[in-house]
Amino acid sequence: MPASFSRTDQGARLTRWLVTLPPALFLVVFFLIPALIMAAASFREPGEFGGLAPLAERGFSLDAYRFVFDDVIYAWILAKSFAVAGLTTLLCLVLAYPLAVLIVRSPKRRRDLLVLLVILPFASNFLIRIYAWMIILGPLDLLYSPVAVIAGMVYVHLPFMILPLYTNLEKHDPALLEAAQDLGAGGWARFWRVTWPLSLPGVLSGSALVFIPVLGMFAVPELLGGTGDRLIGNLIKEQFLDNRDWPLGAALSLLLTLAVLAVAGISSALTRNRGQT
Amino acid sequence: MRRGVWLWAAGLATYAFLYVPLAVVVLFSFNDSELNASWVGFTTRWYGKLLGNPDMLQAAANSLLIAIASSTIATVLGTMAGISLHRWQPPLLPFLVLTPVAMPEILLGVSLLLFFRQVLDLTLGLFSILAAHITFSIGFVAIIVRARLAGMDEDIFEAARDLGATPWRTFTRVTFPLIVPGIVAGFLMSFTLSIDDFVITFFVAGVGVTTLPLQIYSMIKVAVTPEVNAISTLLMALTLTLIALALRFAPETLRKSA
Repeated sequence: MPASFSRTDQGARLTRWLVTLPPALFLVVFFLIPALIMAAASFREPGEFGGLAPLAERGFSLDAYRFVFDDVIYAWILAKSFAVAGLTTLLCLVLAYPLAVLIVRSPKRRRDLLVLLVILPFASNFLIRIYAWMIILGPLDLLYSPVAVIAGMVYVHLPFMILPLYTNLEKHDPALLEAAQDLGAGGWARFWRVTWPLSLPGVLSGSALVFIPVLGMFAVPELLGGTGDRLIGNLIKEQFLDNRDWPLGAALSLLLTLAVLAVAGISSALTRNRGQT
Repeated sequence: MRRGVWLWAAGLATYAFLYVPLAVVVLFSFNDSELNASWVGFTTRWYGKLLGNPDMLQAAANSLLIAIASSTIATVLGTMAGISLHRWQPPLLPFLVLTPVAMPEILLGVSLLLFFRQVLDLTLGLFSILAAHITFSIGFVAIIVRARLAGMDEDIFEAARDLGATPWRTFTRVTFPLIVPGIVAGFLMSFTLSIDDFVITFFVAGVGVTTLPLQIYSMIKVAVTPEVNAISTLLMALTLTLIALALRFAPETLRKSA
């Protein structure tokens, strides 16, 4: 009996490894190792014709970081990226909230359709959604302006805000609103004292889902913005594909990664806090 | 009641915001004018021009090939990851699977560029695009498959074991048939992601190989032409079909992904 037990135990362990290892190995090779190499590359010197200088000759250095911290333009563009991400998130929230409330208040059988209608524009290619705004804003003389960048950013990311908000609002107990009404709360009071505080976890996760990709976006400013509308994503792209200063590109990527981690950390800490109260 | 009206007005305005731009793209793909400015008359000539454009056809063929290959491999690996996440919750695996889904695409793009060029000294092309697409698709398949498993009643697996089924038999006769809809939805999802991907492909494609999104990008960088409207309309029709199929196979993905 014990022998057969240990054999099935071994079998179970083997199965577990056979199922877990292939995807884990693939992701170690094509995600984790490249990410670590990127971090290391930011401490190297640029090669003469792009790429990295040979490690044996030039070794490691802090030049890329020195460059970034010496020139105020990098701090300025990083700050601008945060501002654009913040404004985009805010506008998405303002547009998404009424729609999410509307979907939740609709009859149950109609809700799936209304949610589907939010997802469907996703079905069009990301570049097509940007291109649509090139057509619309061109004749209005707004193309290649900050307004165009914000419009494109909001348009591309709006569903990321609507869906988590909807999933959150759907869970609210309607009895709470009735109770508030019985206690004499008006429409606005019911919203600000009941619905809004309860929806904060949805607001937070939607905000993170919009804020983070906007922070790293390069295609929207590149296609809809002017030369003054470049964000951190554009700087990274330029270093890797145009200027070919890879250590500088890697250093900027690492700064972007830290910014993303900070945003994700703050968002999940806030969510956890609310969960406890 | 007045508040209800305001809510409807705001909601409809947001739906209009979502759909009007795309409707404009589709509409002008049938417009008999070089300019996307005013309606002149109905034509399908932009579609004809598109089908006579060898660069576009080559890009479409590449996109299709990459999408089929990458989504097949990503579906196998992602299903394994989804099962593993659900059954054994190995440490680190959630990090490996979910981070590529959550981080800005540009970071995965440039780190793979660095890896392929600097470390492997590889000529960029089909292989590098394929590897990149599999990397970002695995997470999506895993999430869908795990959601499917989490929604199932654990008792049926116990029942299978009690009836003397070996773990392998339990898998082939019980687990697998039950997660098939999730696997199909995961496949369609990664197919859509692959055929649509621009940012990551942009960094790992090199000069030799183009895909449809890269082709569209190089066209709209230069000028706005109705040919782009035509290819956009065709791509929208394709992805709509795929979404309809995914919803047929696994209607719950709609709710789970939300």
